[in-house]
Amino acid sequence: MKQALSGVKIADFTWVAAGSFVTRILADCGATVVKIESSSRPDPLRSEYPYAENIPGINRSATFATYNPNKYGIALNLNTSKGQDIARRLVKWADIVTENFSPGTMERWNLAYSDLVKSKPDIIMLSTNMQGSTGTYAKQPGFGNMLQALTGFTALLGWPDRGPVGTQLAYTDYIAPYYAAIAIVLALEHRQRFGEGQYIDQSQLEAGISFLSSPVLNYTVNKVIDGAMGNRCYYAAPHGAYRCQGNDRWCAIAIFTDEEWESLCKITGSRALTENRFATLLKRKQNEDELDRLIEQWTINHRAEDVVEILQSSGIAAGLVETGEDLHRDPQLKHRKHFWFMEHPEIGLVSSSAPPFRMTKTPPRPRLPAPCLGEHTKFVCTEFLQMSETEFTELEKEGVFR
Amino acid sequence: MIGNKEIDKHNTLASTRVLDLTDEKGFLCGKILGDLGADVIKIEKPGGDAARHIGPFYHDIPDPEKSLYWWAFNTSKRGITLNIETRDGQEIFKRLAKNKNVVIVESFPPGHMARLGLDYTELSKTNPGLIMASITPFGQSGPYKDYKASDITINAMSGFMYTCGDADRAPLRFSIEQTYPHAGLHAAMASIFARYYYQLTGEGQYIDVSMRDCLILGFIPSVAYTTGVNVQRPGPFVIRYLRKRNVFQCKDGYVSTHIQLGRLVDKTIHLVDWMHEGRMDKGLKELDWTKYENTNTSQEQIDQWDEIIGEFFLTHTKDEIAEGSLGRDIMLFPVNNAKDLLENKQLMERNFWEYVEHPELNTTIIYPGKPFKSTKDRWRISRRAPLIGEHNKEIYIDELGFTNGELVKLKQGGVI
Repeated sequence: MKQALSGVKIADFTWVAAGSFVTRILADCGATVVKIESSSRPDPLRSEYPYAENIPGINRSATFATYNPNKYGIALNLNTSKGQDIARRLVKWADIVTENFSPGTMERWNLAYSDLVKSKPDIIMLSTNMQGSTGTYAKQPGFGNMLQALTGFTALLGWPDRGPVGTQLAYTDYIAPYYAAIAIVLALEHRQRFGEGQYIDQSQLEAGISFLSSPVLNYTVNKVIDGAMGNRCYYAAPHGAYRCQGNDRWCAIAIFTDEEWESLCKITGSRALTENRFATLLKRKQNEDELDRLIEQWTINHRAEDVVEILQSSGIAAGLVETGEDLHRDPQLKHRKHFWFMEHPEIGLVSSSAPPFRMTKTPPRPRLPAPCLGEHTKFVCTEFLQMSETEFTELEKEGVFR
Repeated sequence: MIGNKEIDKHNTLASTRVLDLTDEKGFLCGKILGDLGADVIKIEKPGGDAARHIGPFYHDIPDPEKSLYWWAFNTSKRGITLNIETRDGQEIFKRLAKNKNVVIVESFPPGHMARLGLDYTELSKTNPGLIMASITPFGQSGPYKDYKASDITINAMSGFMYTCGDADRAPLRFSIEQTYPHAGLHAAMASIFARYYYQLTGEGQYIDVSMRDCLILGFIPSVAYTTGVNVQRPGPFVIRYLRKRNVFQCKDGYVSTHIQLGRLVDKTIHLVDWMHEGRMDKGLKELDWTKYENTNTSQEQIDQWDEIIGEFFLTHTKDEIAEGSLGRDIMLFPVNNAKDLLENKQLMERNFWEYVEHPELNTTIIYPGKPFKSTKDRWRISRRAPLIGEHNKEIYIDELGFTNGELVKLKQGGVI
């Protein structure tokens, strides 16, 4: 089947999520990605929770497997000059080089952009770092679940009467990589038209701020600092997640119009809700704590699924607060074939989310489960680099492919 | 094709026109393409988009020309008014859609464009190279396609919300809508991929973006599938093998870090050294940190360390902690708000902020800048968001060749 990026070749030095997501989306859309690791420096995601059957192992992390399908994997000792030679041959083979080490790491291996352009002037290279490759804070280490704080996200998630909590995920890793993928594909097109390569320097902090443009303008224009306000919304009430029957089951409800409000009152049958103090949006905003309490008095007696169904049938925006398990049961996701199930040699069946878009002519699709460490070393060397069997065996003996 | 916009011959997107029919669900898509050089035309209904009523507003003036939300996500676009519910409006839209190198992005409910005769099947009959992206809460087909939705219900159904917030209270969403920019970013990316294919083959295609699917962050369903256990709400903690505090209070706000063991234990040692300098390590300096791993350390132990670290942070300000952690190689960042971002040294050094002129208000406003830099950089905010119908004359008269008289008729007929 045709894919949008078929034929595009990537020498992929990235690791952890912020890097892996860039090359994953390109691979999902047809690019040939060779992920370069080594056994002395495997992708840290390989030891990320959870392991299949809770048994540790370099090839057993479900998180690594979920984040890295459709890539080939080779093991290469970059601390040897022969390892670096192979890396340069991979660069020669590739259209694109990607990396997200802390600034300076590629230089140590003689694989910086300034080294690579010498032998391949039209190479396209992406470096994506927490705070970019330049500036005082470029080398400060960290993970995305801390970077979300620097970017401004953490302060915007929490209850106003308690401190902010942020998410437990590396939230910016779900933003920056897609800008990076845009940069790469535009660079490819630029190269086709004008014959030039380029170096792309992404700061995940800067990319993340684009999602907070409205609070930025609220400050630069009005000097207003937006903060976390629970689940509330200035122009809707009720607006929140309400506890339903069962163990930690919730339904999100959002009421924007008088019509929706009247429908909700009718459905709940609650006399208290029809009182004048809830009659308009402004009144509901004024008495919102009490309003939320009354709504929950109704939802708590019903299954969350039933609340969603009855509200949706009256044209009210309501949604089940789904758990990871719920997602795998969700009929809409089944309809969209959202989860890709791939048989992994050591883990067994791995579930991985498809990209959130469908393309009619060139659909993203699952081709390969995530690679075991060094799984395709020989294949990549002999097929992509045209290495002879003899040369491969010799290098292998010397310990280059570790 | 490019109108009055400066033509950049070296820009791969300069010859691409984007017809942007989106509401807030999709604004970011056109902004990304526009900031990267495409000729984006934001098409609003006569009188202006409903999303112009989303706050905050310039100096708190609730006026459709002063929505900061609207400004933030509609830069580098020209704007026309066009009522595509009318026959004339449909004719005009079809004329715009039949050119080469056109991307349409829309966010109407599924089936709406088909009812107007403007769906992909219809439009691609005369323009097989057309690329069209639709953004909807759940996708174009399936049992939930007509579900009513808003940011919070989409968050809820993504599985993400369940994992956010404190365990003893309701699951939380971000207080700033996030489903919209995620959808816009994915629509822009898929459009760029489709354009790449179009450049090679001349074939266009249709893209169906589901907002909810954008927020299904792989870790959450994957953990449930592998372990049968749902990721829970940990409050200000991260939970992997152990529950570690990730947000700490300090003298004047909050900072974010969590204890690293094993491979990255040196980061923890650096923090402990710093605490020791201030005699606040409470004996942590004496520990042999190299023997602690995530797998052999008890939760009680972590809780105790978290408490000692927390006491140290309470004696310092956000700025002190941020600067101190940089020199000491510690994984730690301040919990920033918008003011902190504007004062952030790193962002200033990298010239991140963009100064955008708003001539009608005789002012310049600071906007977020580039999402990436490149040695062949083409990203720039070429203009502030358009006023209502600001470029009607440019498009209808100069480009499409309508006369002034016809424009008056279209205006009176409620078409523009």
